[in-house]
Amino acid sequence: MTRHRGRGMASINYPIGMNLGGDPSQALVHSNPSGKFTVALSSIDLGQGMKSVTRQICAETLGVPVEDVYVDTADSDTGPHCMGSFASRGTHRVGNAVMAAAREARGVMMEAAAEELEVNAADLETDGRGNIHVKGAPHRSISTKDVAIAAQFKQGKTISGRGIFLVPLSNVDPETGEMSPATCYAHACLVAEVEVDDETGEVAMVRMDSAYELGRALNPRLVEQQLVGGAWMGVSHALYETPEPYYPDPAHGPRDFVEYLMPGPGDICPHDIAVLERPAPDGPFGGKGPGEMCANPVLPAVANAIFNAVGVRIDDLPITPEKVLRAIKAQGGARPQARR
Amino acid sequence: MSKIPLQFRHNGRDVAIFVDGGTNLLVALRELIGDMTPKFGCGQGGCGTCSVLIDGELHLSCLTLAETVSGRSVETLDGMKQGPNLHPLQRAFADNFAAQCGYCTPGMLMAAKALLDRNPSPSRDEVVEAISGNICRCTGYEPIINAILAAAGGRVSA
Repeated sequence: MTRHRGRGMASINYPIGMNLGGDPSQALVHSNPSGKFTVALSSIDLGQGMKSVTRQICAETLGVPVEDVYVDTADSDTGPHCMGSFASRGTHRVGNAVMAAAREARGVMMEAAAEELEVNAADLETDGRGNIHVKGAPHRSISTKDVAIAAQFKQGKTISGRGIFLVPLSNVDPETGEMSPATCYAHACLVAEVEVDDETGEVAMVRMDSAYELGRALNPRLVEQQLVGGAWMGVSHALYETPEPYYPDPAHGPRDFVEYLMPGPGDICPHDIAVLERPAPDGPFGGKGPGEMCANPVLPAVANAIFNAVGVRIDDLPITPEKVLRAIKAQGGARPQARR
Repeated sequence: MSKIPLQFRHNGRDVAIFVDGGTNLLVALRELIGDMTPKFGCGQGGCGTCSVLIDGELHLSCLTLAETVSGRSVETLDGMKQGPNLHPLQRAFADNFAAQCGYCTPGMLMAAKALLDRNPSPSRDEVVEAISGNICRCTGYEPIINAILAAAGGRVSA
């Protein structure tokens, strides 16, 4: 029995969102008489942090503290329409919609403030701490709370804004069929190092090194969290998880977590991540989205690393010990490739 | 079927309920006591999200017959915070982004507490071992391991 080390690499281009029907999402922003703002969305935060990121985007666009913004994703019956939380589209699509809504709400807020301060709205600016003042004359100032109260009880205005983001329809070349379904791509490269046991067929992760280019990281800690967890999910898809182990034969499908395998805390490996930020021209503050693409490069990189270790090319997921052993047997033993 | 009277301590408070024979502790806690912090995951001991402490020892409440905790002390995540303050482990989980969807978090926190209560300065391997019965879908475990080590080392925000 020998354990063979191997290294594999993979690079991906990842299109953000989809094109179907323009892939729209809507957002509504309004202020309460307290001067706090609510963002209404139907988009769902699955734990990836969309509520945090849309809150930041709204606060930044309005020019108010992030504590003054509340994101309500409670109800897709009553909230404005969203296509959904998938395809890494949350930050880009929903973020753009929130930005548009916040921009419109900011316009009303500045008009209301101008009326109170008896100046032109174009001469006003926000200080990001909850105040609006005349440019160059910060003592001529009013709090966003007082503006909200004045709008509500005196001026009879709603400080509110509507936003939608729609990607331009992709034209199809009638001659070639060529089209550009995505407006925004993220990129990643990952090197996986594995150890393959040629007696059991087991593959153990040794380490991963990766670089992800995902536009501007609007919340670096959330991006890091997503990349760490997502790469693990990639490992899980590469080596463990399947609902139909003998597809298309549905036999022996897993019925529980004893049979539906996932790596546990003892199966993870060190993962060094570099985040490269190239702001997207059509993204909110340059953000793209690290959602799904964090898992994608792991699968081909692991398959390549297994080939490098024992010389077998498995093109069927997940790469189980059984498949590795059968392939090693078919070629008459492990054939380690040149170390890369 | 007749009901069985059952008394035990739940997060430091005496509780008395009537359970059907065969009721598991998870159902008793959630449906009869109203403590929703232990989660129902797989219902067969495969995921760990229903973990609770019984007399300080980590147990899977979905596989524990409710009547076996008679006269004993059951701790759940609901009893973890101290008054208005989060437990250092909870703070460390927040600091280290150790929760995403949050479904595994109650079980992870109980497994971590069981470890730190008996071993206040565990090694990384001991932390991995302590949470090895708990499945997490989102985090890749690394942030959870780091959070537990941070709590053990007192590296927690105020």
